[in-house]
Amino acid sequence: MAYSDKVLDHYENPRNVGSFDKNDAQVGTGMVGAPACGDVMKLQIKVNEQGIIEDAKFKTYGCGSAIASSSLLTEWVKGKSIEEAGKIKNTQIAEELALPPVKIHCSVLAEDAIKAAIADYQTKTGKGSKADAA
Amino acid sequence: MKKPIYLDYSATTPVDPRVADKMCSYLTPDGEFGNPASRSHPFGWHAEEAVEEARANVAALIGADPKEIVWTSGATESDNLAIKGVASFYGKKGKHIVTCKTEHKAVLDTCRQLEREGFEVTYLDPEPNGLLDLGKLEAAIRKDTILVSVMHVNNEIGVIQDIAAIGKLARERGVLFHCDAAQSTGKVPIDVNAMNVDLLSMSAHKTYGPKGVGALYVRRKPRVRLEAQMHGGGHERGMRSGTLATHQCVGMGEAFRFAREEMATEIERIRGLRDRLLNALKDMPEVYVNGDLENRVAHNLNMSFNFVEGESLIMALKDIAVSSGSACTSASLEPSYVLRALGRNDELAHSSIRFTIGRFTTAEEIDYAAALVREKVAKLRELSPLWEMHQEGVDLSKVQWAAH
Repeated sequence: MAYSDKVLDHYENPRNVGSFDKNDAQVGTGMVGAPACGDVMKLQIKVNEQGIIEDAKFKTYGCGSAIASSSLLTEWVKGKSIEEAGKIKNTQIAEELALPPVKIHCSVLAEDAIKAAIADYQTKTGKGSKADAA
Repeated sequence: MKKPIYLDYSATTPVDPRVADKMCSYLTPDGEFGNPASRSHPFGWHAEEAVEEARANVAALIGADPKEIVWTSGATESDNLAIKGVASFYGKKGKHIVTCKTEHKAVLDTCRQLEREGFEVTYLDPEPNGLLDLGKLEAAIRKDTILVSVMHVNNEIGVIQDIAAIGKLARERGVLFHCDAAQSTGKVPIDVNAMNVDLLSMSAHKTYGPKGVGALYVRRKPRVRLEAQMHGGGHERGMRSGTLATHQCVGMGEAFRFAREEMATEIERIRGLRDRLLNALKDMPEVYVNGDLENRVAHNLNMSFNFVEGESLIMALKDIAVSSGSACTSASLEPSYVLRALGRNDELAHSSIRFTIGRFTTAEEIDYAAALVREKVAKLRELSPLWEMHQEGVDLSKVQWAAH
């Protein structure tokens, strides 16, 4: 399968790879997917007191498109409020990376990952959830 | 060293230049371009001679009589002709067929079609090493069983089934035995009489011949009958009509002649390269060889690199041409059905790479490939949340995953 240049760029030079301490109160962790399906994404956000995502990191087991989707997402969410980040749609990711139809699920997984990370952060801090955390 | 390096010889082989040279002399006006079925002039006679010489070379590689060889378009057609042909001819005697879950799709999908037509098929599970348990095979044979179809060498994991024992069993029980040998010609010695094979499918392009031609061995003593699946001019003793492609037949014959003459030395050289690759990779943590290492063709290494997904690994290995047991590149997202049938878990089935080595592979290429694999697996593991969890001591089989 031919990958787009943007997928190749993120795949070969993934941004923000790594992990935060998941027990840190500032950190929200989203882990989505399953090994049985061939992709697992772990996305972590570090949120400051103003509710702004200061930093984000990811690790992904999956195909090139899954790695690129999560790498792109970490770039996008940095500097955004958690409300804004929660509104990112998979279609935006798919469009930016020019994902073919069989790879749309990779962008869906990335959307699920950020929502899960936000929900985890909100549960931890006890702040009411405004974003629809799926 | 030319890149990408070709390590996918089980997908197809290049045509040996000696074979291509000979094929070229059966195409053009100054060559022997005649129709081998033309009886009225030398153009036809010469083409027929070439086809018959090629047929003899195909027969010689498997210990058959040339009259037992039927030309086809490839192993897929041979499998279809053998299985459907037997089913149509012997369907009144019985409607049960026994095969194995790790067969090629050309066998499995043909059996599925026969199920729709009222046949009953038993798909046997292989053992975890990929080999069939003969006791289970024997138990599956019933009074109404007409055919057992088991491949010689598996295309993904390269394991060699005990064809002689299966043939003996089928013969004792009075059941016909078809063997798909697409992956074994020139790789493993074949003797259809010693092995009691009744029908044997072959392909040219896995053995340094051209794509688009194959053959089916059909036993004459005791005689095996087939219902033709392709009707027309009655070529190939009525079993497969259609004008023979002289240059293709010549190519297959020549390729099989070289296979017969050079197999013994070639296999040992290739085994050396395969072991060199295996030795360069086997000390990595969490790597597993899929399929039995003893009963295995010399050119195949199928390995799972745990916690790394196969498609992304193939993407990282763009300087080497290999294939993945993970079929994510097709829309299915299903891991290899062969590895699943061996009982491999999902992570390992998704993490497999098949390296297949051939006539033109060099030691330098193997060393390059091994170093690249080590580097890229390490890089992808740094990216893998599963590897991180494994390092932290998490048992992944106990995690509740949200399937999607």
